[in-house]
Amino acid sequence: MKFTLKIWRQKNAEDKGGMVTYQVDTVSPDSSFFEMLDQLNQQLISKGEDPVAFDHDCREGICGTCSLYINGRPHGPLKGATTCQLHMRAFRDGETIYVEPWRCGAFPVVKDLIVDRSALDKIIQAGGYISVNSGGVPDANTIPVPKPNADSAFDAAACIGCGACVAACPNASPMLFVGAKISHLALLPQGRIEAERRVRQMVAAMDSLGFGFCSNTYACEAECPKEIKIANITRLNREFLAAKLAAEKEQTGGFAI
Amino acid sequence: MALAGVFLLVFLAVHLGINLLLLADDGGKAFSAAAGFMGTHPVIRIFELALFGGFALHIAFGVIVSIRNRKSRPIRYQHRSLSETSPFSKYMMHTGMIVLLFLVLHFIDFYFIKIGVVSPPPGIGRHDFYSRAVALFSDPAYSAIYLFSFLVLGFHLNHALQAAAQTLGLNHPRFTPLIKAASALYAMIIAGGFMAIPLRFTLFN
Ligand code: HEM
Ligand code: SF4
Ligand code: FES
Repeated sequence: MKFTLKIWRQKNAEDKGGMVTYQVDTVSPDSSFFEMLDQLNQQLISKGEDPVAFDHDCREGICGTCSLYINGRPHGPLKGATTCQLHMRAFRDGETIYVEPWRCGAFPVVKDLIVDRSALDKIIQAGGYISVNSGGVPDANTIPVPKPNADSAFDAAACIGCGACVAACPNASPMLFVGAKISHLALLPQGRIEAERRVRQMVAAMDSLGFGFCSNTYACEAECPKEIKIANITRLNREFLAAKLAAEKEQTGGFAI
Repeated sequence: MALAGVFLLVFLAVHLGINLLLLADDGGKAFSAAAGFMGTHPVIRIFELALFGGFALHIAFGVIVSIRNRKSRPIRYQHRSLSETSPFSKYMMHTGMIVLLFLVLHFIDFYFIKIGVVSPPPGIGRHDFYSRAVALFSDPAYSAIYLFSFLVLGFHLNHALQAAAQTLGLNHPRFTPLIKAASALYAMIIAGGFMAIPLRFTLFN
């Protein structure tokens, strides 16, 4: 297969950057998107040019390191899959493919297609944890968990923190990511204890980092490689309102609906 | 944002209820009685203030949020987004602004006359909204603007009701799909209801 690639090239964080057009031929339909980029990079290296920098690690859809906004969609055209799980057979022979970095003020470009996603880590640091050691595996049924809660918590825990939700959102909002983390912990007894404080702190962190606000477009749900559900954002909103409107103790912090 | 929006949703339903009285074949008696009640009853007067507040809050929040949302992506994508979104959700500011333009027109035509800022056209009393409406709808250009505005309001509302439920944290495996359907139904009733009035006056008079 043959492709025309239009790739965002940017030397470093300060560089202005721009789209550069490349040609790749003799691509196997069975090669992955990254193998195709590896092929392009070989081409560039043999010409003495700087290879295209992109993030990747596990290359099997579990680590959340890969990104890439491909033809107007984060992680490309395949539903429920990361860029590393995307194969060239998902494209037409001769197709022009746009490859861009995640775009969000809170995700500055480091180089080419690599962005700094530590803003998501800062949200986790604000409350996405359990403060005490919850110990080893307890005896069965000593901590009862309703089955639907266990299932929903498990689904939410599938979030790999890739940031595709932010990349897809017209407002660059990380609500699906935050909703997944809040739900994952709030639905289980060990996490429930700090749920009120957690939601206040994580939302405050999210609002302070330059992300946009959710306006319920649901683009995130359509693009999430782990198919995290919108119901997690609803749960986040519910937990947030409950923490703001009904609390055991007076709290500090802003109030916003 | 959501609470102010929900308040506006209720207001629209009441307003439609009154306007539909225009369709009654009684020369405007029922409509004028209802309009008179709304124009003079003290409780309604208080609600009128709340309504202005509701609009102001909703528009102010809408504008602030939209500006911040645009700023959150300083460098935009080269390729247009192909991500699927909820219908009209990306265009809440656009549809909202068209509704706002209509509101300005609506104020000039009705409210300013009622409070005496603008004098009514000759032959129509200051509180005679029925004659005023009939006169306005006899102009096809005015009716066209009116129809267009309510079509656009319908688009705004289609997303509005279910978005407000989402913002307020309401979710249920059975009720959420119902709320989505109710949202579309509400939008169709409000838009269709308001649009029926000029259609009746221009087509059948
Ligand atoms: C009678 C008129 C109106 C009604 C009933 C109404 C109702 C609503 C509702 C219920 C929402 C959903 C809130 C949420 O997502 O939580 C909404 C969103 C919105 N409205 Fe309106 N609205 C009206 C007029 C306007 C006007 C005049 C503007 C002008 C600027 C406007 C701008 C917006 C914007 C920008 C949003 C999306 C904001 C967001 O969800 O974050 N609306 N509207
Ligand atoms: S919610 Fe989905 S898209 Fe967002 S960070 Fe988690 S896995 Fe990625
Ligand atoms: S490289 Fe690990 S998820 Fe794609």
